[in-house]
Amino acid sequence: MNSLFRSQKWSYSFRTIVFIYFIGLIIIPIIGIYTQSFSSGITSFIDNLSDPLAWKAVLLTLKLAAIATLINTAIGTMIGWVLVRYEFPGKRMINSVIDLPFALPTAVAGFIILLLVGPSSLFYEWFGIDVVFHEPAIVLAMVFVTFPFVIRGLQPLLEELDKSEEEAAYTLGSSKSRTFFQIILPTMLPGILSGAMLAFSRAIAEFGAVVLISGNIPGKTLVASVYIFGEIESNNPQGAAAVSVLLLTISFLILWFIHKLNRGGQA
Amino acid sequence: MMMRRLWITLTYIVVSLLLLLPLYKIFTGAWADGLSGFMDALLRAQSLHALKMTGLIVIIVTVINTLFGVMLSIYLVRATWLSPLVKRLSNSIVDLPFAVSPVIGGLMIVLLLGPNTVLGTMLGNVGVSIVYALPGMVLATLFVTFPIMVREVMPVLQEIGDQQEQAASTLGAYSWYTFWKVTWPNIRFAVMYGVVLTVARSLGEFGAVLVVSGNIINKTQTATTLVYQDVENFNVVAANGIALVLAAFSIMLLLLMEWTKKRKEVH
Repeated sequence: MNSLFRSQKWSYSFRTIVFIYFIGLIIIPIIGIYTQSFSSGITSFIDNLSDPLAWKAVLLTLKLAAIATLINTAIGTMIGWVLVRYEFPGKRMINSVIDLPFALPTAVAGFIILLLVGPSSLFYEWFGIDVVFHEPAIVLAMVFVTFPFVIRGLQPLLEELDKSEEEAAYTLGSSKSRTFFQIILPTMLPGILSGAMLAFSRAIAEFGAVVLISGNIPGKTLVASVYIFGEIESNNPQGAAAVSVLLLTISFLILWFIHKLNRGGQA
Repeated sequence: MMMRRLWITLTYIVVSLLLLLPLYKIFTGAWADGLSGFMDALLRAQSLHALKMTGLIVIIVTVINTLFGVMLSIYLVRATWLSPLVKRLSNSIVDLPFAVSPVIGGLMIVLLLGPNTVLGTMLGNVGVSIVYALPGMVLATLFVTFPIMVREVMPVLQEIGDQQEQAASTLGAYSWYTFWKVTWPNIRFAVMYGVVLTVARSLGEFGAVLVVSGNIINKTQTATTLVYQDVENFNVVAANGIALVLAAFSIMLLLLMEWTKKRKEVH
């Protein structure tokens, strides 16, 4: 075995295979979708996007993803704080169950939401509120799927926070709220921010959890990923590619921003 | 102290409503028609076939993604034959699939290798079909899971540094031997954690697979796309049966995640 892997030839061919795989699997498909959407010229690209159903779907997605992100930022910050700072019974159980949305298939998540608040659920019987096939259901699905991001972004930063800084502030006579806003919040902020942005980019990309419960009414509850799916199904790959490119560009910008943020945090 | 009580209570409420209640629902809903209803749903020919397809995809994807992920991580951290610029650039590109909606990931493969494309026609002529067949579904899942392993292994490689490895090779150990005796013991729990995450993601992948597979019953249908189809056909009990099986796997994976995470942190 050893003599086999010792030779330079083997090492070169390994490198080549790994990089061909990397380029073929990741880079070429992404370049492919950009070229495909511009292949019939800029005007047809703009035509595809100016279809009211297309841009309404994109705007709706951005709006609902923003709401879901805000909700998750609030409850995520609270839960992250509680899990690091307080000791209480059941803490370990809660800490392990947080990752459930990452482990559960998104289609199953959508299905459960349908069962819980759908037309034949107890919730509907009791409150009579139409959630499913309306915007709140989409937000709920997005909140569920992106739930762990803010908590997991925040926890390591809070754990590392030097208690002595906080104590020094108290000793110097600073009030509780002032310490929070001047010492603790600045430490937490990068974690909250990068967690929130990951949640946002995941929310605008979400498909499985949303498709079952949004009702997919064009112009009303049709989100971008479901719109893209519909265009593929109705054999319009050009239209699908145009909206995809718009969505991808937004996501890539967010990702780039998170990279910058993380690097800034280390320096 | 009042505040503390309040925060802990709120955390319990959010976690119960958002995570525990859905779990409870999925475990009880499958028995709505009794055990026989559940077994009927599970023993349908299409259910067995779908579960087999999912299992096959999970195994193939996990093996390939682990091998290439670990090798690419080693190259991106250690290789002296790559310029820092190429390393930095590749490092950012690795994350791109995280930002791509699964539907778009599927669309990319259809656009590159679908039956109407140059490559697709060429492959079709020699009798290889990618789209609407297993290879395309594997490719789609590989694309979606690509960053997972690299993101787990790279930080560990960076943290442990290359001193031990250099010492080993100075003492005459061959690279393969150095890898098994020096590098592997350090990264194995990170690799295991990556494997668990990859299994979870490929088990639950829905959007990309739905687009690429065409969701053909008894042929390219997977467990998650079967849940989708059952819901669309208003066959809720059947959908719940499959969803329960998937959820049970997710919980097992969640426990494994917890177990490996603890090992990973102990150095």
